Amino acid sequence: MAYDKFTTLTSTAVPLPIENVDTDQIIPARFLKATKREGFGDNLFRDWRYNGDDTPKEDFILNNPIYTGKILVGGMNFGSGSSREHAAWAVYDYGFRCVVSSFFADIFKNNCLNIGVLPVQISPEFSAEIFEAIYADPKTELEINLEDQTITLLSSGTKESFDINGYKKGNMLNGFDDIDYLQNMKSEIETFTESRPF
Amino acid sequence: MSKTLFDKVWDSHVVRKIEDGPDVFFIDRHLIHEVTSPVAFVGLKSRGLSVLYPERTFAVADHNTPTINQHLPVQDPLSANQLKTLEDNANEYGISHWGLGHQNNGIVHVVGPENGITLPGATIVCGDSHTSTHGAFGAIAFGIGTSEVEMVLTTQCIMQPKPKKMRISINGPLSKGVTPKDVGLYIISQLTTSGATGYFVEYAGDVFENMTMEGRMTVCNLSIEMGARGGMIAPDEKTFEYIKGRAKTPKGADWDKAMIYWKTLKTDDDASFDKELTFSASDIEPMITYGTNPGMGMGISKNIPSAESVEGGKATYDKSLAYMGYAENEQMIGKKIDFVFIGSCTNGRIEDFRAFASIVKGRKKADNVTAWLVPGSHIVEAKIKEEGLLDIFEDAGFVLREPGCSACLAMNDDKVPAGKYAVSTSNRNFEGRQGPGSRTLLASPLVAAAAAVTGVVTDPRELL
Repeated sequence: MAYDKFTTLTSTAVPLPIENVDTDQIIPARFLKATKREGFGDNLFRDWRYNGDDTPKEDFILNNPIYTGKILVGGMNFGSGSSREHAAWAVYDYGFRCVVSSFFADIFKNNCLNIGVLPVQISPEFSAEIFEAIYADPKTELEINLEDQTITLLSSGTKESFDINGYKKGNMLNGFDDIDYLQNMKSEIETFTESRPF
Repeated sequence: MSKTLFDKVWDSHVVRKIEDGPDVFFIDRHLIHEVTSPVAFVGLKSRGLSVLYPERTFAVADHNTPTINQHLPVQDPLSANQLKTLEDNANEYGISHWGLGHQNNGIVHVVGPENGITLPGATIVCGDSHTSTHGAFGAIAFGIGTSEVEMVLTTQCIMQPKPKKMRISINGPLSKGVTPKDVGLYIISQLTTSGATGYFVEYAGDVFENMTMEGRMTVCNLSIEMGARGGMIAPDEKTFEYIKGRAKTPKGADWDKAMIYWKTLKTDDDASFDKELTFSASDIEPMITYGTNPGMGMGISKNIPSAESVEGGKATYDKSLAYMGYAENEQMIGKKIDFVFIGSCTNGRIEDFRAFASIVKGRKKADNVTAWLVPGSHIVEAKIKEEGLLDIFEDAGFVLREPGCSACLAMNDDKVPAGKYAVSTSNRNFEGRQGPGSRTLLASPLVAAAAAVTGVVTDPRELL
């Protein structure tokens, strides 16, 4: 059992309607020096969140107490850049369990799935509607149902389904990870290895 | 059935196909470094697992290493701890370790090919997105997260859905002053940073065929910056010539056997791709970026585009230009710069230093410029000295540093101060990438050299 099970999540959400949010913004490289997976949430969006003297930047969304919740709604192409899983750890450690975007960078999305953060890809139109709804009322809630693969904006009832492959879905519903799976096929892997030319 | 190069290599590494799920994908070579591997070893230990094939993993220290006085203890305690952790883990599990000071040390994506770890038809992963570099040899190579590093250590496999296939073809002669870096930045400027997401790219056409292996590595390195997992180029005589006789390449009968296989590694004539793109070499000029992602690049003689003429939202575009301190429609030529960085897994190889030398030779570094010349490895460093490039650099007022990732991601002390401008041969111009508040202009070694001797953004064609 590798991480928390994910079934349904109903929560308010934090809006970050910036496009191409890269992993260097999610967690700058200078905060990658730990050798344990601890405390990365403190440095989530570090340079957008804090001034050089470590005082909070008042205009950044995470510093606005009106916006809270376990869901982060990002702009298009969220998580581009580096393969650092630390970015996904920072998102998780801060308290988010789900990231919603109209488009995800590939490695970030994969890293999220591997640590139990659900990436939910929606249409650009629905994304715009969600941003608008949250700005109109920060108490607006989203409901994410992994079993049904749906995301619903509760204030309007707008609902969309999202893609996730059956294997990964099973992992998230049950809290399993890939190592659990791979460990169970070790002899098959060892046989395969013998056939490799180098 | 007809197959692409990518199909051939991918399909031969699938251990098991999972219905409605990923492939269980075998990894031939695994590179690890000090930043993204420690937590993977913590995971192994907490589950009581071992490393299945330690001889298939190679540990190299690069991200955190200082580029001066490498013989002295590392000053930053956190960096020192990561370097020590890498060494301890490698020793505990019987993994080869090229740490600070080792003769083979350097940036992991430079030393892999140099030492014959990188082979055509191999699968290569590393907890670093620029692992795509190794695709230059006809390998499938891509970056992975730390959870996957743990998977490879303990099972030599990861679980990946097979990406879609894209072919990017460019034919025709490249113009004067246009380098492989410009080709890469040009493609990204056309595709945007998400244009190849979900795809694995094959580069085809005489532009890539005519490139040196170093140039092909630069292009494949940049694949991730257009969103692709990786990019690859079919191996040819140039490839075989490059790898032959290197420390870890097959020898004797094994070499002959491998060659028979490697010669099959090309896309069949009637194989199909999910997407095909074609560009003309004559449209490419020396490139420079003006914004905060690698897709925000243009020919150096052009003006910064207006928000209306680019894809994406105006708010994001305005934010980006405001960060850079630039405005729409301004020209980049003549913009004052403060730092020049030549190095990184994108442009830290010998050919890049030769290009840099071709412009700075007989000229002097501009007084307003701080320059960091950081070779990609000790082997590159030795060649720089052997070929007399060091003398050229020193005569022009430059200092050569020691190898490492350095100012590409500024994890060590090589940080560009807030508000300052750096012309950098690296791969990312994200906000704060080269230090908090730093402003990065991505460019080729020629453009970097032209900026280094003039102190402003300069068209290198005027100095060639």
